[in-house]
Amino acid sequence: MDIVVCVKQVPDTNEVKIDPEEGTLIREGVPSIINPEDKNGIEEALKLKEEFGGTVTVLSMGPPQAEKALKEALAMGADEAILLSDKAFAGSDTLATSYILSCAIEQLDDFDMIFCGRQAIDGDTAQVGSQIAENLGIPQVTYVEDVKVEDNTVEVKRRLEDGYSVLETSLPVLLTVLGEVNEPRYPSIKGIVDAHSGETEVKKWGANKLGDVDQSKFGLSGSPTQVHDTFVPTHEKKAEILSGTPEEKAHKLIDKLKEEKVVSK
Amino acid sequence: MDFELTDQQKMIKKVVSDFAEKEVEPIAAEIDETCEFPYENVEKMGEAHMLGIPVPQEYGGAGADTLSYAITVEELSKACGTHGIICSAHTSLACDPLVKYGTKEQKEKYLKPLAKGELLGAYALTEPNAGTDAASQKTTAKLDGDEYVLNGNKIFITNAGAADVFIVFAMTDKSKGTRGISGFIVEADTPGFTLGKKEDKMGINASDTRELIFDDCRVPKENLLGEEGKGFKIAMGTLDGGRIGVAAQALGIAQRALDETVQYVKEREQFNRAISKFQNTQFKIAEMETKIQAARSLVYQAAFAKDQGGSFSKEAAMAKYYASDVAMEVTREAIQLHGGYGYMKEYPIERLFRDAKITEIYEGTTEVQKMVIGGSLLR
Repeated sequence: MDIVVCVKQVPDTNEVKIDPEEGTLIREGVPSIINPEDKNGIEEALKLKEEFGGTVTVLSMGPPQAEKALKEALAMGADEAILLSDKAFAGSDTLATSYILSCAIEQLDDFDMIFCGRQAIDGDTAQVGSQIAENLGIPQVTYVEDVKVEDNTVEVKRRLEDGYSVLETSLPVLLTVLGEVNEPRYPSIKGIVDAHSGETEVKKWGANKLGDVDQSKFGLSGSPTQVHDTFVPTHEKKAEILSGTPEEKAHKLIDKLKEEKVVSK
Repeated sequence: MDFELTDQQKMIKKVVSDFAEKEVEPIAAEIDETCEFPYENVEKMGEAHMLGIPVPQEYGGAGADTLSYAITVEELSKACGTHGIICSAHTSLACDPLVKYGTKEQKEKYLKPLAKGELLGAYALTEPNAGTDAASQKTTAKLDGDEYVLNGNKIFITNAGAADVFIVFAMTDKSKGTRGISGFIVEADTPGFTLGKKEDKMGINASDTRELIFDDCRVPKENLLGEEGKGFKIAMGTLDGGRIGVAAQALGIAQRALDETVQYVKEREQFNRAISKFQNTQFKIAEMETKIQAARSLVYQAAFAKDQGGSFSKEAAMAKYYASDVAMEVTREAIQLHGGYGYMKEYPIERLFRDAKITEIYEGTTEVQKMVIGGSLLR
């Protein structure tokens, strides 16, 4: 069972504060972590490897600092870690990111499964996993909270808003997992030492490692998403007492609600 | 000179800190109350290679440095002093002498599983009449054929009720004084070796401290640790390393007490303002922080010195003397700043205070540390 896990390094949102003037994240001094649900993906892959043998390859696209997240993945027990880092990748939205990750996965030997976390705690889009599956033309199941592999099929429990469904699919498949799927193991101290002493190594791939692909789909040029503005929602408390007869008050209230676009005209 | 931790040390600190927060903290108050040894957590610590941190990888350890080990004990002790000493006694007092003095066979048979956390270790030197005067060993070991026969009692042994392997010191030749003491590796289930009842203590309640009783306990000759007659040197050298662990434990306890206090004084209001606004509080916090940082410098320096080879007895003694002193002072002041709440078991401060006291006593009292430090200057 050869498994690929895609991970993202994100700021630890428990520690993040927002600059109220600029409306941007204050990243300074904020520790970076492996996106929590991606860590569940690593754990699920490691568990399947322990059961069926094979390898676990962890992929991340990000700045050079993201190497730290991949070292942690190695310390958890991943066999191989690849950091996709290149100026050409800068400014990628989810579409470009999933294209780059897909190109990298195609450069790997065969794989049986791909795990992604459901979504990252910084962007919350939940798009990259699905887009990778589309790019690679393989089945995908999202919102997975349980995985059972038997022979060449996978049975997964997929969370729905009001329950769950159980699906069976063939391999290869891409699964995006929820935090409930498992409890990620702690990276071992020996694993941490190995990842820092060169015993295990994070491979670094630039755009030139991705073969003959359409580089215009990388980075800003491959990113149709435009961020127009980021801001912190302000929570103001205002109270206004309406006066008049009950009928007058009702009319005033309706006008007010229309004005505030709470109800349509 | 660089005071920054390396990336590796930072990652180890983060992982242990996460572990302490998620696994240790939730049971710390409970095991203090029940005195139950935290078997499940110790197993998890073994799986994450936290029980053989400075042991070379060829002997099953993580192969990290002593500073990483000290940081681990510090982080565990922030959540629970008992977890800190379980790790410290196992690593410094059981694994370390095997690394240094164990034969190839002993390393294979005992060190590897100990360093992987598959077995738990303990160390037995103290006797009813041999505390600070550790040379007055009454336990004897007589060679009889291919076995040593051990007789005598050891007391106050950390991890005793849970340990699989004990490093035990006994007199092989009384006429030679300290040069007649030898070290042995004794398995828990050796016939003639029994445990006394679990000691009822003031703090570190779940570390399962017990008496060891040797009654014609036959230990195979190949379990002699180092050479016959070298036991006292092994015991003392081992304690030097242990003192770094205890100092780190004291440091963790002190840091936690300060962290709790900083949070509390910002929330607690008296005379219509947070007590953190009073200068007395600010001065107390300043003293605590400064002393803790000074203690940390000594602890980390001692850990660094151990990895340089050569003697680190003085550095370890200074670290333990000062850090344990700071732990007592900081926890005492922390209770004072918490007022009546600090005296209640609802808050962790009183537990930290009770756990801090032992750091001034075991693995050489504060007075012993002063003897070591003074002796190194005045000899």
